[in-house]
Amino acid sequence: MAGAEATAGVEAVFREEHGRLLASLVHRFGDLDLAEEVASEAIEAALVHWPVDGVPSRPGAWLLTTARRRAVDRLRRDRVLATRLAVLQAEAERADPAPPADADRDLPDDRLALFFTCAHPALPAQDRGALTLRFLAGLTTAEVARAFLVPHATMAQRLVRAKRKIRDARIPFRVPGADELPGRLPTVLQAVYSVFTEGYAASSGPDLQRTDLAEEAIRLARILRRLLPGEREVAGLLGLLLLVHARRAARTGPDGAVVLLDDQDRALWDHAMIDEGRTLVLVALTGPTPGPYGVQAAIAALHDEAADVASTDWPQVVALYDVLLDMVPSPVVALNRAAAVAMRDGPDAGLALLDGLADDPRLRGYHLYPATRADLLRRLGRPDEAAAAYREALALVGTEPERAHLLRRLASVSED
Amino acid sequence: MKYMLLFMSPANDGEAGNGCTFEDWVRYDREMKDAGIWVSGHPLQDLTTCTTVQVGPDGERTITDGPFAETREVLGGYDIIDVPNLDVALEWAARSPGAVASGSVQVRPVAEIEVEV
Repeated sequence: MAGAEATAGVEAVFREEHGRLLASLVHRFGDLDLAEEVASEAIEAALVHWPVDGVPSRPGAWLLTTARRRAVDRLRRDRVLATRLAVLQAEAERADPAPPADADRDLPDDRLALFFTCAHPALPAQDRGALTLRFLAGLTTAEVARAFLVPHATMAQRLVRAKRKIRDARIPFRVPGADELPGRLPTVLQAVYSVFTEGYAASSGPDLQRTDLAEEAIRLARILRRLLPGEREVAGLLGLLLLVHARRAARTGPDGAVVLLDDQDRALWDHAMIDEGRTLVLVALTGPTPGPYGVQAAIAALHDEAADVASTDWPQVVALYDVLLDMVPSPVVALNRAAAVAMRDGPDAGLALLDGLADDPRLRGYHLYPATRADLLRRLGRPDEAAAAYREALALVGTEPERAHLLRRLASVSED
Repeated sequence: MKYMLLFMSPANDGEAGNGCTFEDWVRYDREMKDAGIWVSGHPLQDLTTCTTVQVGPDGERTITDGPFAETREVLGGYDIIDVPNLDVALEWAARSPGAVASGSVQVRPVAEIEVEV
């Protein structure tokens, strides 16, 4: 029993410390592979020692010391690496004259630098979220592969390629300076957001939501918020994630089926999370021009604050979409804006806007375009056209619950 | 660490270039040398002076004029610089006259192959 408790405690510690541990090791040795290997060796050592000796008072520092010793041992054994170690140490000392943290010091937090490395614009956009999950959330390659719904071998290759580019092109582990931060921060936020969106609405598979993944993204966003308290877009992103995730329990029925915003039981929403999100929206919107995450968070807050769909402040939602569309001229934003206009001015107005987007090649293959059109046609009492649009959406949809939802809607317009 | 900056411009730019003057390049060149990061580099002659050599499996050489028509981007010159990391290399690449307007700069790390002696 005590053993099981210790194991559970140890797992919690690993979850909390893993990203920080890796970041520290990467900062010190400049090598992601080496950092990964010695971090897992330190965790293995902890699994052997802690159940016997008890969890140390500073588990993070214990892990770091153990991992660092292993890394130094390994580098000494390897002649080529040993030369590199000397260079790395000289570089590290030049860059940071402070003495390195040791066992009786708290673990230094190098996670911010690692965030910027994993989300470096020199890496393929699709790999940034994966690297973030691997190195900051501490997921295994298999778990990252599952998260992004790609075969294990594919993800392993992508991670190897990304790590090789970081090493061989020497992408630095560093926090960009104040002048570069505005340019670089969006890619970091995008990486965390892409982890969340995969959790919020999986792109394919049996389940609509991956709650574990969404929670991991929120955990990462909280770390970012702590590390960059002055950045309003970070507040905006965390606020957005919380305000959307607050609806998770109401978004699917007991059988996993999709429940749309109109039909959600708002008593199931997480009101503590909504309150926290709303506070963050205020932070994100206070000051000069807010960023796109802040604006999206404000839209999410308007949905969360309303008692029902009818009493939602649709004029305000549309106005915020106008602002957003100005910042992010994406057809998906235009699609969402059209749906909001349909709520404010009626389905006719929404449909006219949607038809204006029909030729945008970026919406081709996006199932929510025909699905949204189908819903408006259904509300306008044009069942045949609605059925055709539902069929179009069905040909493109990825997850089972969404497919089932579209099939039900298709059946309902076919009966009429 | 050494990086090669490859200055690319659209093939049909002709004499107009990307709006940069000769003086812009001279200034950039001087900045790199003053910073002590410049290793080597050259501008290249116009693409019309290019000749391509290919050796077939039988050892026979084929020499052709070009390439021209199918090339959308051409290499106009290169510099090799020695800087600590990719971010610094990207910064120098972005400051070059070759990066503006229709031009672009490819940044490639130079492979350092260690040979045992």
